[in-house]
Amino acid sequence: MVKTLVQKINSNVVNKPGAVVAIKHLKKSFGTKEVLSDISMSLYKGENLVVLGKSGQGKSVAIKCIVGLLTQDSGSLKVFDEEVKDLSEKEWKALRMKIGFLFQSAALYDSMTVEQNLEFPLTRVLKLKDKQEIRQRIEEVLEGVGLLDAIEKMPSDLSGGMRKRIGLARTLILKPEIMLYDEPTTGLDPITSREISELIMEMQKKYQTSSIIITHDMACAKITADRILVMNNGSFEAEGNYEQLESGSDELVRSFFK
Amino acid sequence: MVKLVPATWTTAFVAAGDQVVFMGAFFRNIFRSGFEWNEFLRQSYIIGYKSLSLVGITGFILGFVLTLQSEPTMREFGATSFVPSMVTISVIREIGPVIIALICAGKISSSIGAELGSMKVSEQIDAMEVSGANPVQYLVVTRILACIIMIPLLTLMADALAMMGGFAASNMNNHLTATLYFSKAFSALRFGDLIPAVAKTIFFGFAIGFVGCFKGYNSERGTESVGVAANSAVVSASLWIIVLDAIAVQLTSVFAYN
Ligand SMILES: Nc1ncnc2c1ncn2[C@@H]1O[C@H](COP(=O)(O)OP(=O)(O)O)[C@@H](O)[C@H]1O
Ligand SMILES: [Mg+2]
Repeated sequence: MVKTLVQKINSNVVNKPGAVVAIKHLKKSFGTKEVLSDISMSLYKGENLVVLGKSGQGKSVAIKCIVGLLTQDSGSLKVFDEEVKDLSEKEWKALRMKIGFLFQSAALYDSMTVEQNLEFPLTRVLKLKDKQEIRQRIEEVLEGVGLLDAIEKMPSDLSGGMRKRIGLARTLILKPEIMLYDEPTTGLDPITSREISELIMEMQKKYQTSSIIITHDMACAKITADRILVMNNGSFEAEGNYEQLESGSDELVRSFFK
Repeated sequence: MVKLVPATWTTAFVAAGDQVVFMGAFFRNIFRSGFEWNEFLRQSYIIGYKSLSLVGITGFILGFVLTLQSEPTMREFGATSFVPSMVTISVIREIGPVIIALICAGKISSSIGAELGSMKVSEQIDAMEVSGANPVQYLVVTRILACIIMIPLLTLMADALAMMGGFAASNMNNHLTATLYFSKAFSALRFGDLIPAVAKTIFFGFAIGFVGCFKGYNSERGTESVGVAANSAVVSASLWIIVLDAIAVQLTSVFAYN
């Protein structure tokens, strides 16, 4: 069963047009420890791709390779048809403006207020100068995540769910074409989780992003997924939409639905 | 592969190489457009103003104690009138810069190491990089430059307070007038003594900022590494200061006093 699924995945990734991210036979080790043994996948324009997998399987490592925080040992990784390992510093900067990354911990800058957090990418990356325009964009994106009244707060005064929302707002403020979500709902209560999942859908509609959503929260996967990949031991073992995987017979895949 | 050198040597060379690369990144980013004036001023305030009382008290007590300690000995030779100039010269040329730098290594290097270390661990530095902003320019350049400017100023202030301390001590025993004390103190001091003394505090300032930033910025994953970064920042900054001082003494004796 697993074998047929893998074959299906590999046949899927072969140069289908419209892929914004195309990964082929990606390998990554830390010292002697092999984390990604052979990863192949594509993310197509406008889709929400959910990656399921237990902790420590290398999901975060895989998406960190996409933004260049980590470099693969071998294999090909194309974003917008450009091989990322050939990019110069300048080209990376341009590419990163088109990719949003929501960290597992939200990674808010804790010495800055919410407003300064959101201002940071506008003034440093887009080099905006006009105070009024900056303020307007901040308010617009905060309204989008429903936290306009937190604008003066420090990150330490925010709850986990609020931090995720602000992290999302800080990423979306640059209007990325690709969004990478690293466990957006982990550690949140079910109600807040659902709100975040719905927010992801809303933002996708509003900004037409293509997204990779890493999670092991099936409620989140059910709401957001157009397609699901299951990662195990450093490679993908199954693919399908929510209903296909739920009704499948693979032991590993079924264990996520329990 | 044949091992020609022990593994500890290789790690030492790799570590030294990493420091050179980091130093290169610092120098390259000083002159990039978009210098972070606000952050630089904020760091100067934190590094300079918040160390005032510690450095001031240390300086005052330094002069006070040195005077009290040397007076009995000098009295045996009937040379108490040399005490003010002796204390002034030794504080300004050697003791002041080194003691203040070591104290600042404990206070400033460790706090920079811990701050950047926790930003690294909580992925804030990664978040800056991924958004397309320049974390070296924002975090590292500002902190190192603030140290380069504030450490010499703090040392000069400590020198001045050490002379006050010296006056207070000798006034307790000898009832010298302030005018007499300070004219004696300055009598042996040449302007040429100040230049190498200030020059070396600039290098001490660089060492304090650089080591703190390097250790924090390159800390490992996991929360315990924040403590490790802070601690090893103090240890290596202190070592840098001692070594730089030895070099400075050699250079001044070659150039200034021949
Ligand atoms: N920068 C790194 N250095 C060394 N090991 C790492 C690094 N990043 C991740 N790892 C290791 O890779 C494995 C996969 O990690 P990760 O991708 O974070 O898992 P997850 O699937 O839960 O996101 C873990 O065992 C982790 O310890
Ligand atoms: Mg992870």
